[in-house]
Amino acid sequence: MATNNDTQLKLWEVFTQEKAGASFEHAGSLRASDNEMALLNARDVYARRNEAVNIWVVPSESITASTPEDQGPFFDPANDKAYRHPNFYKTPAGIKQI
Amino acid sequence: MTKQEALVDFCLQIGDTSLIHGQRLAEWCGHAPILEEDIALTNISLDLIGQARMILTYAGQTENKHRDEDKLSFHRDAWDFRNVLIAELPNGDFAFTMGKIFLLGFYMKNLFTVLSNSKDPSLKAFAEKSLKEVIYHCRHAADWVIRLGDGTIESKERMQKALNELALYTDDLFEVSESEKILVQEKLIPSLADLKTNWSHDIAAVITQATLKLPQANNALRLGGKAGLHTEHLGHILSDMQFLQRAYPDAKW
Amino acid sequence: MSETISKEQAFDQKLANGQVIEPKDWMPERYRNQLIRMMSQHAHSEVVGMLPEGNWITRAPSLERKLVLLAKVQDEAGHALYIYSATETLGVDRKELIDQLHEGKAKYSSIFNYPTLTWADMGAIGWLVDGAAIVNQTALAKCSYGPYSRAMIRICKEENFHNKQGYQILARMMQGTEVQKKMAQDAVNRWWWPSLMMFGPTDKDSPNSADLMKWKVKLHSNDDLRQRFIDRTVPQADAIGIKIPDPELKYNEKTRHYEFGQINWDEFYSVIRGNGPCNHERMKARTKAHKDGKWVREAVEAYAAKHFN
Ligand SMILES: [Fe+2]
Ligand SMILES: [Fe+2]
Repeated sequence: MATNNDTQLKLWEVFTQEKAGASFEHAGSLRASDNEMALLNARDVYARRNEAVNIWVVPSESITASTPEDQGPFFDPANDKAYRHPNFYKTPAGIKQI
Repeated sequence: MTKQEALVDFCLQIGDTSLIHGQRLAEWCGHAPILEEDIALTNISLDLIGQARMILTYAGQTENKHRDEDKLSFHRDAWDFRNVLIAELPNGDFAFTMGKIFLLGFYMKNLFTVLSNSKDPSLKAFAEKSLKEVIYHCRHAADWVIRLGDGTIESKERMQKALNELALYTDDLFEVSESEKILVQEKLIPSLADLKTNWSHDIAAVITQATLKLPQANNALRLGGKAGLHTEHLGHILSDMQFLQRAYPDAKW
Repeated sequence: MSETISKEQAFDQKLANGQVIEPKDWMPERYRNQLIRMMSQHAHSEVVGMLPEGNWITRAPSLERKLVLLAKVQDEAGHALYIYSATETLGVDRKELIDQLHEGKAKYSSIFNYPTLTWADMGAIGWLVDGAAIVNQTALAKCSYGPYSRAMIRICKEENFHNKQGYQILARMMQGTEVQKKMAQDAVNRWWWPSLMMFGPTDKDSPNSADLMKWKVKLHSNDDLRQRFIDRTVPQADAIGIKIPDPELKYNEKTRHYEFGQINWDEFYSVIRGNGPCNHERMKARTKAHKDGKWVREAVEAYAAKHFN
C-alpha cells in the first residue's frame, strides 16, 4: 500500500431545501469520495434536525464564484433597476393580490 | 406459550436486536475513519435505540408486569435477551461493522416489510415507522460494501473476510422461534416463510456488485439467539450497559 | 508596496465599518494565520471533545439518556466538521489540519484532558463545559470572518440543547439519593475550575489577544467572558443545591458581578504542555482512529477513481 496518499476525500458544497417549494440554500460543506456518498453524508450532517426535504451536493471545485474585484462592475449596474423588483409597482387599491 | 406470551417474546426479539445492535454501533462514536462517518454511524445507532424504546415499551405493556423499556433493558440477564447473534458480535474493523449493518439491515428490512401487514396495530405501526429508517441503513451499508469490495486489494480482502465470518451467524436470523410460529398460526403476523429467500436475493445483488464472493453455505452451530442462547459477548455488553442501574438500583436518572 | 498598504488600509476600514470579511477578500497574512490557528484549534477541540463523553455512552443509565448523550456527542462531530470547513476557506486542507493535531503541532482545549469518572460528569460537562463554550461561541458568532461567524451561529443553536441536558442530569441527581447528590457535587468540584480555564489566560498573559481583538475576531476579553460565564452559572448552581467549589466566591452588590478565587494557572499551563491526566489517552485514541481509517479512505478513493472519472 502506498504510504503518503492519505486524504480527507473530496470537498463538496451542500444546498438544502427547507420545505417543498422553497429555494435551495447553501448549508455548508463536507467531504466524500463520490456523489452518492456526498448525498448520504449531507443527509446525515445537514438534515439531522429535519432541516431539509431536498438536498443538492456539488463538488466545490465545480463552483465558480465572483471575486471581490468584480464587486463594482458586476453588481452596481443592477442597483438602479428598481423596475425589476415587484414592489416598484403600486397595486391599485381594492386588489389584494396579483 | 400463550398468544400473549408469544407476542411479548417476539417484541423482545426485535427490540433486543435493535438495542444490542445500536449499543454496539454507539461504540464507534469518536473513532470512525472520517468525521462524516462518525455522524452517519451515530445516526444509525440513534435510529436503532429509538426502535428498541418503542417496541420494548410495547412488550412491557403487553406483558403487563410493570416493566418499561428501561426495566427490560437494564434488569434482564443474558438468557432473557432474545436478540439475534450478529448484533452482539464485537465491531471488529470497519468492514466487519459494515457487514453487520448490511446483513442485519436487509434482514430487518424484509422482516419489517412483512410486519407492516401485521394484524396487530402496534406492531404494524412500529414496522412502518422503522422500515423507513432501515431502508436508509441498507442503502448506507450497501454503498460501503460495494466501495470496500471494489476498492483496493486490502479493502476487498477485509470485506470478503468480514462477510465470510458473519456468514457463520446468518442461519441464526432465520431459525424459526416458537413465538414466531404461534403468531403466524394465530394470524397476528403474516408468514415469514419467504424471509430468507428475499434476504438472500437482496444481499446477493449487492455482493455481486461489490465484486465479492457470496459466502459459502456452512453448518455452523451458531444458533439460538432468539431462544436466549448467546455468544460469550452478550454478557460483557450487559455488564457494561447495565452497570449504573445494577449498582444503584434505587436511583432515578 | 504602496498598493499593499492601501489594501491593508481598505481592510482596516472594512473592519472599522463592522463589515464582514469573506474568503476571497484580501486580508493580511497575519489575520489569515491567526484565524487558521484559532479556528483549527477550535475544530480540534470539538473532535477531541467527543472522547470524554463518548466514554459513557455505552453506560448511560436509561435508553433516553443514551439517545440524548449519543446525539450530543454526534453534534460535536458536526461542530468539528463545520469549523474545519470554515477553516478550509482560508486555503488549508482538512488533512493538513488533522496532521498538525496528530503531530502535536496544534493545540486543543485543555479541558478535554480531564477524565470522566462518573455518570455525573456527563451532567457537569454539558452544564459547565458546554455552558462556557456557549459564552465563547456566542461572542464569536459576531466575529469579523464570515465563514467562522456563520459556523458559530449554526453551532450556538445546537449548544443550548447540550447545556440543558447536562443541567438536567445534575438537577435530577440532586433530587435523588444521597449517593447521587454526592456524585453530582463531586463532578462539579472537579469540572468547575477547568471550565473557568477554558476562557484562556488572564488578558495580560494572553499573547494573541491584542491582535485578535484589533481584528474583531475576538470582541471581548478572556476575563470579560469568564466573568459573564460565572455570573450566569452561579445562580443555576444555587437553584439545584450544587455548591461552587470556591470559598472566595461572593456576589458584589455594587458591581453586580461575582468575585471569585485565584485560578491555578500552573495547572492550566501544565495540562497544555501535555501533562494533564488524559493528554496521552486522548491523542492515542484520535491517532488510532485516523490510522485505522486509512485503508477505508484509500478504498473509497480507489473506487471513485474507477467509477466516477
Ligand atoms: Fe460543540
Ligand atoms: Fe456542545
